[in-house]
Amino acid sequence: MVAQNIFFGILAAVVVVSALRMVTTKNIVHAALYLVAVLAGLGALYVLLTAEFVATTQVLVYIGAVMVLFLFGIMLTKAPLGDMMQMTGKQWPIAALVALLLGGVTVYALLDRFGSDRLVMDGPVYKTADVSDEVFSTYIIPFEAVSVLLLAALIGAIVLARKD
Amino acid sequence: MSLLALAYWQETGIKLGLALAVIPTTSLVLVYLFLFKMMAFMQSRLGPNDTGPYGSLQLIAEAIKFLQKEDIHPAQADRRVFRMAPVVVLASTFLLYVVLPAGPDAVVENLDTGVFYAMAVSSLSVLGILMAGWASANKYALLGGLRAAGQLIAYELPLILAVMGVVVQAESLNLQRIVEAQATGEIFGFGAIGNPFILTQFLAFLIFMIAAQAELTQTPFDMPVAETELVGGFHIEYTGFRFLLFFMAEFGTAFAFAALASVMFLGGWWIPGFDVDDNILNILGPGVMLGKILLISFFIFWVRFTYPRLREDQLQKFAWKVLIPLALANIVLTGIFKVVF
Repeated sequence: MVAQNIFFGILAAVVVVSALRMVTTKNIVHAALYLVAVLAGLGALYVLLTAEFVATTQVLVYIGAVMVLFLFGIMLTKAPLGDMMQMTGKQWPIAALVALLLGGVTVYALLDRFGSDRLVMDGPVYKTADVSDEVFSTYIIPFEAVSVLLLAALIGAIVLARKD
Repeated sequence: MSLLALAYWQETGIKLGLALAVIPTTSLVLVYLFLFKMMAFMQSRLGPNDTGPYGSLQLIAEAIKFLQKEDIHPAQADRRVFRMAPVVVLASTFLLYVVLPAGPDAVVENLDTGVFYAMAVSSLSVLGILMAGWASANKYALLGGLRAAGQLIAYELPLILAVMGVVVQAESLNLQRIVEAQATGEIFGFGAIGNPFILTQFLAFLIFMIAAQAELTQTPFDMPVAETELVGGFHIEYTGFRFLLFFMAEFGTAFAFAALASVMFLGGWWIPGFDVDDNILNILGPGVMLGKILLISFFIFWVRFTYPRLREDQLQKFAWKVLIPLALANIVLTGIFKVVF
């Protein structure tokens, strides 16, 4: 129990500090790298919650693919070294307000629903097979819907990118 | 099961220590056997066969050369990212070794997601390569980094899709279960040598090896470090120990991919005639694995020293128009056979 709490504290601190640095840094590549740290920290939190498959997927999809494409795009277009002039837009107070509201609502909802529950530390470890069983039986319709949505997005992207 | 009763953290500590000791050793073995000796014989390079008896001192000479070099940063470089990049690349290699099994219990952590985890952590190295390319403040380095990212993303797909065929046949992502499935398998009722998946998944094996060659940026897929076009690619500005880290990661990852291939296609640590959970396999298994790994590495480096480099557009076309459709067809075929038989 104690070990989990200590590691949760460390990981949460890493995630929060990286998230703050991500929006305050003045270099766009540094911002992307801080986002990598945030996503990696979240992946480690999933491991603490014994969700091994989700954690691995987080690493493969977000860090290995999405963030690499982000960095690829940034470096291909413009990525000057050193501090940039100004990366914070004029509307940052509104954005901060929206973020605070969203965070507040989420925290309230979680506390309201799970406030008195304690996490079972010796609970079941969900195997990959359990996840696939659930996805292909209970959640088959949402799964298929998401697949069709992604396919539509893919075709749309190809249509937009084609010149002829 | 085990002779000593150790707490979980003690056992994990010992295993991690062993893995940390194994990784530099493996890259040294590959460098000495293949990069020095084999390349020297194949391409008439004199040095590696002349330094000391049978060229055995070449490795020590190289190590001293790297360690005495000055640690240089380019003036315009982003120092923090520049220093972090080789560590990220090497970390990806170290994480790979966590799941590689060398015996029934001889594995750092027998993860349930096994091969999926290996694919995920091996994709982290791209991040370090992009960081190195950008932070060097050098156009050649940036071009090399971008080429590497484009290539690694393109070849990660056939790599994962090729593995899918094995996973479908073994009915598990877990590398130990994949070994067991091969050990207990039968070829038309004949089970003495098990059923190494290379027999049924030969197409997947071929795709896996080609894609692994590209993931390792070995010739003919070495555009990211093409010295005749880019002077040296993403690690052009790195010297001394930092360059050595990239070098170690390259060969350590080659060893790990060869190990993955031998686990998934050649039957892993199992020896015909033994029970799958026989304790003696914990001692004999690593030797068997080493033999299979060296065999596969031999092929990787044989191709590296033989073929010329592809062009960038040929490389992308080959991945998207040949390898990925073939890998998808392999998954469909494997699925059909799995259901029918």
